Amino acid sequence: MNENTIKKPSKVKSTLTTLLLFLLIWGSAYKTDSTFEELFTGIPEIISLLREMIPPDWAYFSYITPEVLITIQMALLGATFGAILAIPLSLLASSNIFVSPWIYQTARFILNFLRTIPDLLLAAIFVAIFGLGLIPGVLALTIFSLGIIAKLMYEFIETIDPGPLEAMTAVGANKIQWIAFGVIPQIAAQFAAYFLYTFEINIRAAAILGLVGAGGIGLYLDETLNFLEYQKTTSIILYTLVVIMVIDYITKKIREKLL
Amino acid sequence: MIEIKEATKVYSNGTVGLNKINTTINQGDFVVIVGRSGAGKSTLLRAINRLHDITDGEIVINGKSLTKANGKQLREMRRDIGMIFQNFNLIKRNTVLKNVLSGRVAYHSTMRTLLGLWPKADVDLAHDALNRVGIPDKAYVRADELSGGQQQRVSIARALAQEAKIILADEPVASLDPLTTRQVMDDLRRINQELGITMIVNLHFIDIAREYATRIIGLRDGELVFDGPVEDATDEMFTQIYEREIKKDELLGV
Ligand SMILES: Nc1ncnc2c1ncn2[C@@H]1O[C@H](COP(=O)(O)OP(=O)(O)OP(=O)(O)O)[C@@H](O)[C@H]1O
Ligand SMILES: [Mg+2]
Repeated sequence: MNENTIKKPSKVKSTLTTLLLFLLIWGSAYKTDSTFEELFTGIPEIISLLREMIPPDWAYFSYITPEVLITIQMALLGATFGAILAIPLSLLASSNIFVSPWIYQTARFILNFLRTIPDLLLAAIFVAIFGLGLIPGVLALTIFSLGIIAKLMYEFIETIDPGPLEAMTAVGANKIQWIAFGVIPQIAAQFAAYFLYTFEINIRAAAILGLVGAGGIGLYLDETLNFLEYQKTTSIILYTLVVIMVIDYITKKIREKLL
Repeated sequence: MIEIKEATKVYSNGTVGLNKINTTINQGDFVVIVGRSGAGKSTLLRAINRLHDITDGEIVINGKSLTKANGKQLREMRRDIGMIFQNFNLIKRNTVLKNVLSGRVAYHSTMRTLLGLWPKADVDLAHDALNRVGIPDKAYVRADELSGGQQQRVSIARALAQEAKIILADEPVASLDPLTTRQVMDDLRRINQELGITMIVNLHFIDIAREYATRIIGLRDGELVFDGPVEDATDEMFTQIYEREIKKDELLGV
């Protein structure tokens, strides 16, 4: 092949991107009145705060264990309900399952709308409706999970092998049978993997939902910070970190097995 | 009996896939459709079970208009027509038996099929079908663990379990080696002769076409240029259908 025919990728794009990035950082620093000077003068304060945070309050660990477990439960319930709702929604959003743009565009619109609402805002809204406690947290996580799973799923569904679908059409299957026999077996494993992945993300989200009164360990985070009990805060952070790492590890292993 | 009347297919981009095809295929025929790439073989085959619609003309199967059938009628007509694809189109993660049973969905209520409550008669039928294609021992193996030839036999078994009266096969042996090609073609011939199922097969190997067909349909640029018993499909005929001498790769040669 002639080397001259292969163009070198132009550098203009990456240069422009870097420039734009700098401009954005500088611009936002200017707008929020943050300066390097402030960062430097703040250092002693940060250090003294960190000093107050160690060592963690070891006794506190067993005290918050029930709340940590509740946080995990919230994450699991949210992921489960979200996953269940994601099945019909992701099918409706796939253009190879429902060829009418009216159907899949509407489904995608709903999906995108759900995904634009931040989880903390969702939680705050549900707290306003249902009051403090677990229910608003689980509901917020349900919507949050639904958004993630349904989006990942419909993008995956659009890549499945159309062959088996044609075969099911050819045997005279109706739409539901067509989905059950042609689509579901092709997506089940991926669906399970996305469910686990979402559960993983949910734990992180669930850990801070308590800040707005939606249950879970976040409530204690808020409390200890307010009462300046920084050693307890450290315990919460460490505990959460360990739980997240363990669950990440387990779900990752299961996902590897699945696919 | 399949009556194809003035069947025309114009694709949405303006390509003419079929141009006023007229022919009648009788029950029990073994028809092989030949023609060079792009001649319209797949287009014709897919029109016969309405995997896609023709844009003009009509197809009538055993007195019922396929073209006018809707919803349930269409599904019932499709139930009687099995289809075999070049890429087998099995559900790879499912067992062979489940793949074969999927040919029976149109016989039962949605609920029953979703729950997998197949009547014993259906399961027997499925095992029978696997027996007929020579892989009775593979029933509980995952479909993707089989060789290409075995997978194609599973898809034939699916059509048999479907109790189809017509089987359409679009390049059923194109991804198989010569030996397996013969085995699969032998299966199709046996089914045609023993069960009287009409076979309509697209093939690009001319020697195989001649050997197995009782009747040849030749297409060229969407038009029917030959339609007759295999004896009449002489070398000159093939040269005309293909508009050139027959090439080596159009012969299986085994
Ligand atoms: N979905 C489509 N949209 C537009 N044109 C199409 C489509 N499918 C097929 N065609 C065109 O219609 C004509 C007939 O195609 P067809 O697939 O029936 O040919 P074929 O005889 O099966 O060829 P091959 O031996 O390569 O499979 C070709 O010109 C093809 O490009
Ligand atoms: Mg073709």
